Amino acid sequence: MSGLVVDGVDVHYGRVHALRSLSFEVGEGEIVSLLGNNGAGKTTTMNLLSGLVKATRGTITWNGTDLGSLPAHDLVTHGVVHVPEGRRIFSTMTVHENLMLGGYRVADASLVEKRVQQAYDLMPRLHERRKQQGGTLSGGEQQMLAIGRALVAGPRLLLLDEPSMGLAPLIVKQVMEIIAEVNQQGTTVLLVEQNAKAALRIAHRAYVVETGHVTLSGPAAELADDPRVVEAYLGA
Amino acid sequence: MIALSTTSTRSPLRAPAPTRERPQRRRGWRSDEGFVRLLGALAFVFVLVLPFINASPYVISIMTSALIYVMLALGLNVVVGYAGLLDLGYIAFFAVGAYTSGILTTHFGWPMLFAVPGVIVACIVAGIIIGGPTLRLRSDYLAIVTLGFGEIIRLTANNLEITGGPSGIHGIPSWSFFGWDFADGVTVGGIFFNGKIVFYYFVALIVGAVGVVVVSRLARGKMGRAWKAVRDDEDAAEAMGINTYVTKITAYIIGAVWAGLAGQLMGTHLTAISPNSFQFLYSALILMAVVLGGMGSTPGVIIGALFVSLAPEFLREFSEWRFLLFGVLLVVTMIFRPSGIWPATAVLPWSKDKHVDDDDTDNDQDPRVVSREGFEKDAGAEGAADLLSGREGKGR
Repeated sequence: MSGLVVDGVDVHYGRVHALRSLSFEVGEGEIVSLLGNNGAGKTTTMNLLSGLVKATRGTITWNGTDLGSLPAHDLVTHGVVHVPEGRRIFSTMTVHENLMLGGYRVADASLVEKRVQQAYDLMPRLHERRKQQGGTLSGGEQQMLAIGRALVAGPRLLLLDEPSMGLAPLIVKQVMEIIAEVNQQGTTVLLVEQNAKAALRIAHRAYVVETGHVTLSGPAAELADDPRVVEAYLGA
Repeated sequence: MIALSTTSTRSPLRAPAPTRERPQRRRGWRSDEGFVRLLGALAFVFVLVLPFINASPYVISIMTSALIYVMLALGLNVVVGYAGLLDLGYIAFFAVGAYTSGILTTHFGWPMLFAVPGVIVACIVAGIIIGGPTLRLRSDYLAIVTLGFGEIIRLTANNLEITGGPSGIHGIPSWSFFGWDFADGVTVGGIFFNGKIVFYYFVALIVGAVGVVVVSRLARGKMGRAWKAVRDDEDAAEAMGINTYVTKITAYIIGAVWAGLAGQLMGTHLTAISPNSFQFLYSALILMAVVLGGMGSTPGVIIGALFVSLAPEFLREFSEWRFLLFGVLLVVTMIFRPSGIWPATAVLPWSKDKHVDDDDTDNDQDPRVVSREGFEKDAGAEGAADLLSGREGKGR
């Protein structure tokens, strides 16, 4: 089985049943978006995939590797890189140091150097700001830095949690374009979003998650026209 | 297979030119690193020749203590400043080092030099015992546990027979190298030097200087970046592949070993140690040196340690008022330099760019378009250039 397969996963926080038999797939080379409102279980799904929470039932495999049994810090070595919600850049470190840190588990220093340059190529604004502390960047720049940092790790599967959060519409568009560009260069992307409009513009397929399980799924273009999605997420 | 390296056949890759002219990088002693190095070298030379200017036992003695404070502050800076672990019982490792070397040399008759590995092992063990369980928790717990641990070590030393109880260990021998002892003195160019105290001073200076170089190199390397990442955001660091637990315990043990070696020096310098030398007050003073100087900043921490150790000496003429004055000085310093005397992010006065371009503020709206020219010139950016020309409808 290639790509990411989440099969019948349950997650409990104490007595709260956060995910109920959640299943979805992300094929290699795709951008798949998980849509849902607050509390639907989007971030729990992300935390599950990145090893921060453990499933009580079900399996998660990435190209045949069982991700559920790996500690969070070893996922990177399997090409699974998580860009957490709220950007979470290292605020007292410079932009350049942040990017270098993305290559922490990459043994070849020249490869890290090359990928940092490529991140600068993709996002020139970061290059201009490379000596600046991460915390002094604007929201959009911080999001770009978080994506750039993940790219330096050499992801095959990029897990993006709410990259549009708190950004102006124009910046959201730029961030989405960067994600599309990264995907074009061969990275599989799982995009968890509340901003359905922006996510459906770049995604190939999408799933709608409600109260911990998938209620709708299909190609992004179809979902964008689906009256239920339009009503709930896009506004008439 | 790997995201961005699919473009690696295009060469050579380089980042686009900045859109605004950057000031020329400063070189030589006026650059950031050059200035710190120059200052460090000058300070080293000054401290090195100080005994030839004024070798009164008082001056040498307080300077040796100051150097030991500097060592301790450098070690604590790794733990608190870089890794962000609040350690309120740092003096415990100082005690472990002092007592281990004291016991090994007086009770078992080891030469002082052979006690060094013993001190290192004891501090690593102590670091694992205290750090092992607590570093899995967030730093509030660590602060409480280390506070307790510092007291446990002192009370243990106070009550055990092998540590000499409340009166401590006396008659700790001096250092000897290949049959030559510090107590023997030395003859250089026909002049006989017999200053045991002065020798300690030089040992402390050299060990301290080596520490400065090692710690600042560590901090700039991969491990230092990992420490700072863990300090800034533990979850994000974990997501980037850092084993945060191992990273934290490494910083903790490096700090512990460093304090242990400082403790050994202190023990031989004073020839006697007792539990009173390891009170909580000293943990607080060293933490103060780190915070006052600037967390995560090597020059800052050195200044902080010198301030904390020497200020009470300079204020001695005010007799019982001196600690009050010391406190006032600290408060004033923190008001005017809230992030430390020399913070890690300090910008040298002549490096401050006071000139601001008119269009400097309103570019936030479109960070990609501003660099368009740089992009198009660049061989490795066709994909991104496509984006700029507005590729729409992807994935529909």
